[in-house]
Amino acid sequence: MTSPSSSIDPGPAIPLSQRLAARGLDGLTLLVVPAVLFLLLLFIYPFFYGLFLSFNPKAGGTLANYQRFFSDSFLYGTIATTLWLALPVTVITLLMAIPIAFRVRVMKHQRLLTTILVIPITLGTVLVAQGLLSYLGPQGWFNRTLLTLGLISTPVKLLHNYWGVFLSLVITGFPFTFLLTLSYLSGVDPALEQAGATLGAGPWQRFKHILLPLLLPGLAITFCLSFVQAFSVFPSAVLLGAPAGPTRVISIAAYQAAFEEYDYSMASAVAMIMGVVQLSIVVAVLAARGLLYRGPAGGGKG
Amino acid sequence: MVKDNRLSARLWAFANWAVIGFFILNLFGMIATVVTSSFATRWLGTWLPAGWTTRWYSSAWDEFQLYDILSVTFQIVFLVVFLSGLIGVPAAYALARRDFPGKKLVMLLFLLPLLVPPITFGIPLATVLYRAGLAGQMSGVVLANLVPTVPFVILVMIPFIEQIDTKIEAAARVFGANTFKLFIYILLPLLAPGILAALLLVLVRTIAMFELTFLTAGPTSQTLVVALYYAVFAAGVRAVQSIDAMAVIYMVTTLVWLLIALRFVNPTQIVARAKR
Repeated sequence: MTSPSSSIDPGPAIPLSQRLAARGLDGLTLLVVPAVLFLLLLFIYPFFYGLFLSFNPKAGGTLANYQRFFSDSFLYGTIATTLWLALPVTVITLLMAIPIAFRVRVMKHQRLLTTILVIPITLGTVLVAQGLLSYLGPQGWFNRTLLTLGLISTPVKLLHNYWGVFLSLVITGFPFTFLLTLSYLSGVDPALEQAGATLGAGPWQRFKHILLPLLLPGLAITFCLSFVQAFSVFPSAVLLGAPAGPTRVISIAAYQAAFEEYDYSMASAVAMIMGVVQLSIVVAVLAARGLLYRGPAGGGKG
Repeated sequence: MVKDNRLSARLWAFANWAVIGFFILNLFGMIATVVTSSFATRWLGTWLPAGWTTRWYSSAWDEFQLYDILSVTFQIVFLVVFLSGLIGVPAAYALARRDFPGKKLVMLLFLLPLLVPPITFGIPLATVLYRAGLAGQMSGVVLANLVPTVPFVILVMIPFIEQIDTKIEAAARVFGANTFKLFIYILLPLLAPGILAALLLVLVRTIAMFELTFLTAGPTSQTLVVALYYAVFAAGVRAVQSIDAMAVIYMVTTLVWLLIALRFVNPTQIVARAKR
């Protein structure tokens, strides 16, 4: 770092360290090196390792894993199963979150509500699954209340099928979506909406022409993050769903390949496919986001 | 906010509150079910259990070897917290203060582990750790858990460091402090609140981190949440109340740290991990 520049350099003799410092590279910048090395070693390297491993199957040619995945309905069907869970959950939680975030934004005691909503996220999917197992069961308080109110005559079956996983995803997903939406919404200057109201716009017009366009880029990001979370559902699909059938999601297929068949090559292939599906939805949403307005959301001059 | 008192607006407001109320009611119902069941002698087909007892806690404590599991959990969690601070804070400082070629690429490297869900990168990561002989023991679990927490610390700390006036550091430099002394005497005291908040968030997230620990843990390196998963998975082997007692212990462990964390951070910070 501190060696002076060599004599071949025709310019004035500025030490290399100074020239590097002018570009932002000095001793202080090196502090970033451990973190970069760590992630290269434990994030980037495993990714490429997995990628290569997936092309070196236990038996067959280079693409044998992928051929097996896309010819076996028990395997390729998991993509549709997972999408069929993740997409409705994401859309529904987002549709619930937007109006409620608008309501809560102007609330005085926001913090109590946000604290309550952060609880299921903190507890995590395993505990939510475990709690729902008794709560939604045929003898649980949920069914019991509906029976007492006379809304149903026999208990609704909500466990070990699609709906168990769906509801657990809503319980952990809604707070996540809501808090993200709220944080984007608080970045929009309320003066813009007030200006709209002064000029005679009704609530729906203000939402449609002022707030929604400002919020859409943030909502696109929220959609991506919530979708990716829901798509990687694992514990609740095993505990609350029917992991052999209707809720055999893609992460279960990857897990079984790795830890039940000990076929790490196949497991890597499934993980890669999982990543590609997630990425393609995210890219599609972000590409659509590129078409949206992305200007300042503040009301200041200039 | 613009006031609106028409009937349709009131109905709409009511509908919103009804949705959020229904959500919270079910959330508390679910938690209350677990807590009630853990104190129940027998609870079948009635609103409330036949009787109350605390014996499930002592039986869960013995059956699941909770003392060992809790001590493993806290060793792992504190190691993760310490190491992610040690690696993350200096990196965040460099990124907040310097502009260098390739910085965007480095930022992308730190964003990716937060955007890609753990189960997706966890399977190749676990494979590598098994090949290296690290998985199945505590070191492997710690390494796997650091993958999302180091970037998390960095991304939380960058804006915090950026708001500290550079003149203070310049003054220290003028008086001859080197980078190490600058860190210890100037930055650490100034950054302490930010570091505390970031590390508390890491702590809460690591206690509840299921996927990465699940994929890399062996029998002696299970954390509480993984042990809970196995207990629920093998339901029928143990009494339901016993599992529920373990779940309550897990809830208390997590929520105590959440309450401590919430004294220093805003709840939205727990999810708003990677803006933009």
